[in-house]
Amino acid sequence: MATDVKDERTGFETYEAVHEKSSVFYDLYERKSDLKQQTHYCPGCGHGVAHKLIAEALQDLGLQDRTIFVSPVGCSVFAYYYFDVGNVQVAHGRAPAAATGIKRACPDKIVISYQGDGDLAAIGTAEIVHAANRGEKITVFFINNGIYGMTGGQMAPTTLVGQKSTTSPFGRRPANEGFPIHMAELLATLQAPVYVERVALCDNKNIMRARRAVRKALELQRDGAGFSFVEILSPCPTIWGKEPVAARSWVLEKMVPEFPLAVFRDRKEPLPANGAPPQRPVIEVLGIKEAINNHGNGKRTQPFKGLSINIAGFGGQGVLLLGQLLAEMGTEQGLEVSWLPSYGPEMRSGSAHCWVILSKSRIGSPLTAKPDVLIAMNEVSLRKFASQVPSGGFILYNGQTLPEDFPMPQAQVYCIPASEIADKLGSAKAANIVMMGAMLEETGCFEPSTATRFLEAKVKNPSLLEIDIKAIAAGREAVDHQVNLGPLSQPDGFA
Amino acid sequence: MRQLCKGNVAVMKGAILAGCNAYYGYPITPASEIAEAAAKFLPQVGGTFIQAESEVAAINMVYGAAAAGARVMTASSGPGLSLMQEGISYLAGAELPCVIVDVMRGGPGLGNIAPEQSDYFATVKGGGHGNYRNIVLAPASVQEMASLTMLAFDLADKYRNPAVVLADGFIGQMMEALDLEYAECNIPAKPWAVKGTPETRANVVSSIYLESDELEDHNRQMEAKYIRAQNAEPRCEQYCTDDAEILVVGYGIVSRVLRSMVEKARAEGLPVGLFRPITLWPFPSKALAKAAAHATNVLVVELSNGQMLEDVRLALIGRKRVDFYGRMGGNVPTVEELREQVEARIPSRTEVFAGEVE
Repeated sequence: MATDVKDERTGFETYEAVHEKSSVFYDLYERKSDLKQQTHYCPGCGHGVAHKLIAEALQDLGLQDRTIFVSPVGCSVFAYYYFDVGNVQVAHGRAPAAATGIKRACPDKIVISYQGDGDLAAIGTAEIVHAANRGEKITVFFINNGIYGMTGGQMAPTTLVGQKSTTSPFGRRPANEGFPIHMAELLATLQAPVYVERVALCDNKNIMRARRAVRKALELQRDGAGFSFVEILSPCPTIWGKEPVAARSWVLEKMVPEFPLAVFRDRKEPLPANGAPPQRPVIEVLGIKEAINNHGNGKRTQPFKGLSINIAGFGGQGVLLLGQLLAEMGTEQGLEVSWLPSYGPEMRSGSAHCWVILSKSRIGSPLTAKPDVLIAMNEVSLRKFASQVPSGGFILYNGQTLPEDFPMPQAQVYCIPASEIADKLGSAKAANIVMMGAMLEETGCFEPSTATRFLEAKVKNPSLLEIDIKAIAAGREAVDHQVNLGPLSQPDGFA
Repeated sequence: MRQLCKGNVAVMKGAILAGCNAYYGYPITPASEIAEAAAKFLPQVGGTFIQAESEVAAINMVYGAAAAGARVMTASSGPGLSLMQEGISYLAGAELPCVIVDVMRGGPGLGNIAPEQSDYFATVKGGGHGNYRNIVLAPASVQEMASLTMLAFDLADKYRNPAVVLADGFIGQMMEALDLEYAECNIPAKPWAVKGTPETRANVVSSIYLESDELEDHNRQMEAKYIRAQNAEPRCEQYCTDDAEILVVGYGIVSRVLRSMVEKARAEGLPVGLFRPITLWPFPSKALAKAAAHATNVLVVELSNGQMLEDVRLALIGRKRVDFYGRMGGNVPTVEELREQVEARIPSRTEVFAGEVE
């Protein structure tokens, strides 16, 4: 529409546009060289119309100051030339991921991801599907013109069957390239999106329909509703090799039959509530304020320099847990500690193994090839590690006796049938605690009362706790009644 | 408060104390506990955790959050880091601060999940396309997993650049005593960020500079900031280097084993010293040259086939003989193994190499 105005000086009638350029556009699109009067888009390109619809909607909805526009890689890479809003330019296909990061950082802002068909439906397929599936509260405008424009006319995932491109020179062949991908329908199979519609920039009537869709998608985001997606079939006269008017007709005649115009999702029922966990102070969440065992005075009565322990057995025997208990006690007692597990396939195949070092001074290597103590919860571990323990160290072996063919190791060996003892106490699972009792008794590295206090804090089940406390005592007793095998001496590190 | 903590978990505790409020990641051994800790902690303190559909998506979520001014991080291991490299290049090109933790595992390819140090090139020398640097910090303890993550956030903001915490499987998986205190963190203002506010409306975050001169200027300006970092940020730790005739150089878990070796060797009177780079980029070249002043022989030890070795050689530019001892595939040299390597290089038992270039 326009109104007639008579220029008083010249007497000529001039026209004043009623539809002014949206204030969301910059006044000037600064360009270099001789293209100063143009946008970087080609004449007849659908991007200009789509930009205009978005800019008008942002203006009308009063969202300009709140909007962050994410521009992709493709012809619209320079969308930030035009939109006078916050702009973030991102990598090819990743706009929905970047928009996710932005929206989560600024949940009350309007985040728009504007993408072409190569960007969204080829390289960025995973990102768009998952952003939609998470129900990111963003709006995605998907410009589908069935071709790669910026790189000069290669096939897109939305190129029509039979359509020629520089990389489908004989026309798209389903047997070779598959069929055009229907993103709106695909995303509408997901539960989270609130609004999915396909529109076309092929004639005025459809452009007005597109205008309503753009507006609705942005309103939904403004209202915090959820993920909204508008696929816009759009002409590309230059690459298609058509006049602008013919290109618009081609959208209607060729693209619309392949990509039907419809609302594929208009969710009325609300999405599930947030369900976030209760908020707590950082110091509580990170356990900085109160650790589980804050009773220790950080002082030890026993003379102690350091101890390296290798604990090994089957998964499920509490090998790693025993190591952690020792390390935790050491931490509380003001010692330097390290606990290093074997991890990965070994863990998954059913064997478990960890190194623990307790020391009064800074710990160098958390690994030790010559541990002072080996706790071997099974025969495999005994065979694997016994020879590592030097003379002066000792081995606690979970068994009545050493295997018959086993060569006497250089370290002292205590055979403690920990599993049997634990079983008799009521739970075979307490075998590791029997071993802990034996180790504490033999090394004196921690007071048995310290171990008891830790178990009381850790074990919530009263009957299990009772078994564990008995297990410590049983382990201490077992080691006292041992006939020592091998040379008698204290391991390194004990005064 | 002192607590027993796993290295990977300590990363997240440090990060949250540093004001990190967003984590985007994808599970991978041996780094998954970082994501698990983020998933547990962040939603309770008003932060965001998302398990992305891939590392590619994760690093681009980081890009978006960083563009919006958030203190944001991700973590992964070798194969995941490879997938993130494009995004890291974009982050560097757009001058966005973020923290990326790489808990290194064995490679190349699927390799294995045991500790290695074979991502040195991929992080210290770049890895993605273009002229950029990552700030790279190498923790050697659970305490440093927290403290260097905190430092990484500060350096990332200071230089508007990605900062990498380069750990290995053992440092990530081990537990040690961790001492943390809560303090209000000072996060610098980010007037360049795009926040969807009237004040930031004119801002553009981008790495495109179409004109040749513009892109060169951009690169020059980044270069200038890298030079500033090289002058201000190198960090290292030295142990018995003053009179060391044999200087051993290692980072991460290797530096721990080397330290034990040096302790033993010194007790036996062997003049060995340890140089541990804490910043791998910027590399503490000057401090290394000084530490090696009295040495006749420098031995670099890595869980790789010799990656940091190149930087040590560059730092010493032919002034010292630089040897290398590496293990791979998850094998970590023992104290005894390293002791033998050093013993074979004691000057009195070998020829004198001073001034000789290998």
